[in-house]
Amino acid sequence: MTAGFYVSPEQLMKDRADYARKGISRGRSVVVVQYADGILFCAENPSQALHKVSEIYDRIGFAAVGRYNEFENLRIAGVRLMDMRGYSYDRSDVTARGLANAYAQTLGTIFSSGAEKPYEVELFVAEVGDTADGDQVYRLTYDGSVADVQAHAVMGGQLEQVASYLEEHYAAGLEQAAAIRLAADALGHDSSETRTVEATQLEVAVLDRTRPQPRKFKRLTHATVAAALADS
Amino acid sequence: MLPTSFMAPGISSFSEFLSVEAPHLLPGARTATGNGLDGQVPHGTTIVALTFPGGVIMGGDRRATMGSMIAQRDVDKVFAADEYSAIGFAGSAGFGVELVRLFQVELEHYEKIEGAILSTDGKANRLSTLVRGHLAMAMQGLAVVPLFAGYDAPTDSGRIFSYDPTGGRHEESEFAAIGSGSVFARGSIKKLYRDDMSEQDGVTAIMQALYDAADDDSATGGPDLTRRIFPVVAVVTADGFRRWSDDDTAAIADQVIGGRMQRPDGPTAPVV
Repeated sequence: MTAGFYVSPEQLMKDRADYARKGISRGRSVVVVQYADGILFCAENPSQALHKVSEIYDRIGFAAVGRYNEFENLRIAGVRLMDMRGYSYDRSDVTARGLANAYAQTLGTIFSSGAEKPYEVELFVAEVGDTADGDQVYRLTYDGSVADVQAHAVMGGQLEQVASYLEEHYAAGLEQAAAIRLAADALGHDSSETRTVEATQLEVAVLDRTRPQPRKFKRLTHATVAAALADS
Repeated sequence: MLPTSFMAPGISSFSEFLSVEAPHLLPGARTATGNGLDGQVPHGTTIVALTFPGGVIMGGDRRATMGSMIAQRDVDKVFAADEYSAIGFAGSAGFGVELVRLFQVELEHYEKIEGAILSTDGKANRLSTLVRGHLAMAMQGLAVVPLFAGYDAPTDSGRIFSYDPTGGRHEESEFAAIGSGSVFARGSIKKLYRDDMSEQDGVTAIMQALYDAADDDSATGGPDLTRRIFPVVAVVTADGFRRWSDDDTAAIADQVIGGRMQRPDGPTAPVV
């Protein structure tokens, strides 16, 4: 009888984390920016049909990087969970915090169980408040950790460069068009050579608290994005 | 941890998902015994809808009755189903509200999961399934039937669908009415309807029809002049669902009532 090789839990977790990080870093970044009227998501995504940014519920949006099938599973689960909660309680009882917790539990369990490979995804869950003070943005990583982020954040590929660009150029209370320009410029600063990211390559959506209807999520058209990028 | 069923691919329907995950939340899932509660629970009464160029208008009276008693004077029986459609109900009010809520989530859920809005026919068929799910309760005397009206983008027009308690779906041309006052409302609107009506005229015609329904059906609420409670009116066009403000509705109601002061039976149509 032969004994199995011993692998320390530290090593096991490190290997799993390295695996997940590697998968995530292959993709392009997603940026989230708080602006005057709400929260803006901006992803570099040439596809018209496969979304990285989506509506979950009235005031709650979702953005993801990593493996499409994995974050799509999580997105659908989130829509089901929140729709069911809103239907059985009330629309006002559906919160981003509840969703972030459910995702954190799910990602954490998958990460630490040996049975499944870890998910190669990172998520933003954001909820727009009645005022900027009420906005909430959570960043969830592959291992189930949750961070509450303020003002702006980025995840995905070359995030250090993008994050430092955002940090340098962000100002509170930006107009929507300025927030789009900031996000697009930041995504273009993902390597030492600066790129110009075209409007057609961008997937942009907002949670706009000024919308009269209860559903605050709105996907912006390429034309709107192009107009925002042109007027500087 | 989210249950694995939440992550299972394939189901875009909220009601189907509920039937697997939480069947007790579905309106039709209950089983009732006995002779029914008819007369002991609030009932909604009359809903009228008509099409006009580029859209559809729906109006509903505000009364809920419990047998011969008025249960509520300001009940709302006309709602947005989604951005491009409206739904009203007649019958058992508790189930009616639940049916509307489920249908609203059903449409929104599909839209979010699929990233596309259902076709008008798709919405009408989904509603048919939800009504049929309620059949057991209908057999107990707690029937509820919806009236569905939507803006249909491919034809740039309004479309109306009525339902029977078994889930049978019937597309109506021009106008339709449901509920206890519907016979009177339909007779009224039949004489007033023109296919080139403006939105304003359409709303006025619906107001006349609801007045006639209330005039002859005790369960339909007429204009409540002292409390200033008037029908709920909603319009759906290419710009989406829009509920008329209470002030605008009251202005039309006042005009209609003013006319009835002179002529209690309302406007006349030529004999030939």
